[in-house]
Amino acid sequence: MEQPLTLADLEPGCKAKILRIQGNSPFKKRLLEMGLVRGEVIEKLKLAPLADPAEYVIKNYHISLRREEAGDIILEELI
Amino acid sequence: MHDCDPEKSKVPVDNAAAVGIKTITVALMGNPNSGKTTIFNNLTGARQHVGNYGGVTVETKEGTLRHGSWRIKMVDLPGTYSLTAYSMEEIIARDFIIQQKPDVIVDIVDGANIERNLYLAVQLKELGVPMVLVLNMADEMKAKGLHADIKKLSEIIGAPVVPAVGVRNRGTDKIVARIIEVAQGSWSQPEKVPVHYGSEIENELKKIAAPIARQAGKIKQTGADCDYPLCVEINPQWVALKLLENDSEVIHKVHDSAIRQEVNQQVQHSRKYLTSIYGEDPESVIAEQRYGYVHGICRTVIRRTSEARINFSDKLDKVLTNRLLGLPIFAALMYVTFWFVFAAGQYPMGWIEIGQQILAEQVSNLWPSGSDSVLRSLIVDGIITGVGGVVIFLPNIMLLFLALSLLEDTGYMARAAFIMDRLMKWVGLHGKSFIPMLTGFGCSVPAIMATRILDNRRDRLTTILILPLMSCGARVPIYLLIIPAFFTSARSASVVMYSMYLIGLVIAIVCARLLRSTMFRGESSPFVMELPPYRIPTLKAVLIHMWQRSWLYLRKAGTVILAFSVLMWFLASHPQLPQERIEQLRQEKAVALEQQGNYSASELAAVQLTNQQLQDARLSYSITGRLGRTLEPLLKPLGFDWRIGTALVGSFPAKELFVSQMGIVFSLGEVETEESLGQALHSDQDQPDAASANSSTQAALRTRLKQAYSPLVGFCIMLFCLISAPCMATVAVTRRETNSWRWPMFQFFGLTGLAYLITLVVYQVGSFVQIGI
Ligand SMILES: Nc1nc2c(ncn2[C@@H]2O[C@H](COP(=O)(O)OP(=O)(O)OP(=O)(O)O)[C@@H](O)[C@H]2O)c(=O)[nH]1
Ligand SMILES: [Mg+2]
Repeated sequence: MEQPLTLADLEPGCKAKILRIQGNSPFKKRLLEMGLVRGEVIEKLKLAPLADPAEYVIKNYHISLRREEAGDIILEELI
Repeated sequence: MHDCDPEKSKVPVDNAAAVGIKTITVALMGNPNSGKTTIFNNLTGARQHVGNYGGVTVETKEGTLRHGSWRIKMVDLPGTYSLTAYSMEEIIARDFIIQQKPDVIVDIVDGANIERNLYLAVQLKELGVPMVLVLNMADEMKAKGLHADIKKLSEIIGAPVVPAVGVRNRGTDKIVARIIEVAQGSWSQPEKVPVHYGSEIENELKKIAAPIARQAGKIKQTGADCDYPLCVEINPQWVALKLLENDSEVIHKVHDSAIRQEVNQQVQHSRKYLTSIYGEDPESVIAEQRYGYVHGICRTVIRRTSEARINFSDKLDKVLTNRLLGLPIFAALMYVTFWFVFAAGQYPMGWIEIGQQILAEQVSNLWPSGSDSVLRSLIVDGIITGVGGVVIFLPNIMLLFLALSLLEDTGYMARAAFIMDRLMKWVGLHGKSFIPMLTGFGCSVPAIMATRILDNRRDRLTTILILPLMSCGARVPIYLLIIPAFFTSARSASVVMYSMYLIGLVIAIVCARLLRSTMFRGESSPFVMELPPYRIPTLKAVLIHMWQRSWLYLRKAGTVILAFSVLMWFLASHPQLPQERIEQLRQEKAVALEQQGNYSASELAAVQLTNQQLQDARLSYSITGRLGRTLEPLLKPLGFDWRIGTALVGSFPAKELFVSQMGIVFSLGEVETEESLGQALHSDQDQPDAASANSSTQAALRTRLKQAYSPLVGFCIMLFCLISAPCMATVAVTRRETNSWRWPMFQFFGLTGLAYLITLVVYQVGSFVQIGI
């Protein structure tokens, strides 16, 4: 089975649509309510100096996520 | 002392019984960093702390305002992204609106970030609370080319909408007017819940809500005690929605109610069913639907009048968090900050010192020269030396808080957390832990409070325990007293100064790592943090913050430091050396000289104690001296004598007292009479009758320190003060924030033990290889 594309795999400077968030932690709810819901476009802006975390833009605001957590966010397609 | 008590309202307390006065409670809610505190300050005239990152406000703050016949009790709440509380400060906010049931809720919406902010507004609407919506940051909306149709938004949301610019105090009066309209009931609440979640979910919601509504009805009839969350005032539909969303807090509350079995079964059944048809858990579907609804609102009410260009904030961020430059810039910024605090502080410090010197001389001159007045000694050696020694550093403290305030208000704080997160993760902590750590350079007390932004208890406890290792403002006087005394070249002085900050940081990091792999083993919580746009700090906010912290410092000098200085002076000058004892010492001296031979009998009979010997004898006869001598064996291996020992003990109420105590001990030890034989200690500007006045100055104290100790000891003093026991206020706030005595005690003894160990090694190794002795 092919590994799904996640936010962690996204190259800086690229955008993609969110498909869903894996797992079932309270943290998932936090991401949902911050707007990381299905169909939303997210852009990876840049990596921090030590390569982790990364800065993203979603719904016109900036958010930073670690690679680990970004790996749980499955993407639909690149745009 | 350090605590940041809520600002007392500026409005005079009026007679509650006065005719027609209606009191209402209004809560300010909203996403983190949306400007709630700014607007709270505008409304109430309070001066609560504002900063450009999420999580500045961590507890509820109250203020009142009067408007006509209304008395409005305003409550500023911590920011929250939704009504499903996640971190501690969010739980505080959620619990407040559900349990205290404010009459009106003012939802502060960041207009420049409207979509995510309206998500909370919709949830508040679902809860069915009377609401006023404030569209804040109207200035930034305009700059972004966004235009909102206020009337339409108000119609859709079913609540009055007020555009505002918090930083310019725009819209404040309108907010008050709308609050009162809503409180009077002039805004009818639409009955139906705004979001339609699709028939499948709505059906399940009905099924879950049914038994809850039944129970609520029963409670209403019997008038039994409110059975939260099945409270009559909270609508069953909302409870059902939260249960379906898997809200642990509400689930927990239902567990305590009589109908838990029925409800739980239904919830489980519904969740399973919905997951099977959507292929997703219900909370994802609900969030998606709700965001869909919000998106719809934004499409109707927001118009983009111009294309968004790459803005100032993004450009700046490209440099400040650049992959290559980010870390060097961060290091440079820290360096410049501290350099500024110390370098720029020197001039005003000199002026204060001159003022104090003049004061001490004037006061001294009220007594005849050489007099033995106890009162004179109390004022000059006790109060002026003790309190003055601390007040001198006020300029540095002001600059320190000015710098921290700038870091907070520009939005760099969140970037520092972003840059440092990888490093903090290695330690087992969180990038966000770095925010309290930076605040800790100012004062541990607000820093410990600020750890509430950490969601994970283990992260939070670890951060609290290591926070006292950040060199706080109260350590500044110690460094500034000791460093110029022993490290005279500008270069070595600054190296030593920075090394103190770095050593603290490194020990903190090592300790955190140790704690996280032993006592607090376990996953670190996930890291998600909003990066706010850079903003130009308002002069008012920066000045207020600087002034408030400096005022606390001054107040501490006028209360704790003053009281303890008097106590320390008393302990160091009592009981007084009896005359017989002086005679005895004189004879002992004569005997010692006699044994050396070559003194005639008449010379021996006339032998006098030098003033230095006399003062030493007085000091060691005093309570301080005795206490110090008891401690001496314990402290000797660290290179500390009994005087340092007493100063260390004395610095528990407040670290600055170390400086006071050293001043008091050495100035009492200073000679007051003119007929000194060979003034053992004389500083360059000493004139006989001004000697005691001069003894209160920093320069003279430093000269004395230099004569008494080696640079190695000087370094060890600073090291010990840095690591050892946190001050009383820190212990108290740790107790409060952790809700047990266990952690403050652990922190206290752990850090003191560590300080002993590290200083011991440094001193012993230093003496062995002959560095700085
Ligand atoms: N441009 C602009 N900035 C604003 C406005 N209102 C507030 N700010 C800034 O926004 C930042 C956040 O303000 P706060 O009042 O601390 O926000 P808060 O909602 O209390 O934040 P938390 O307590 O952290 O949840 C500060 O830097 C303010 O100066 C406004 O209308 N326009
Ligand atoms: Mg606030």
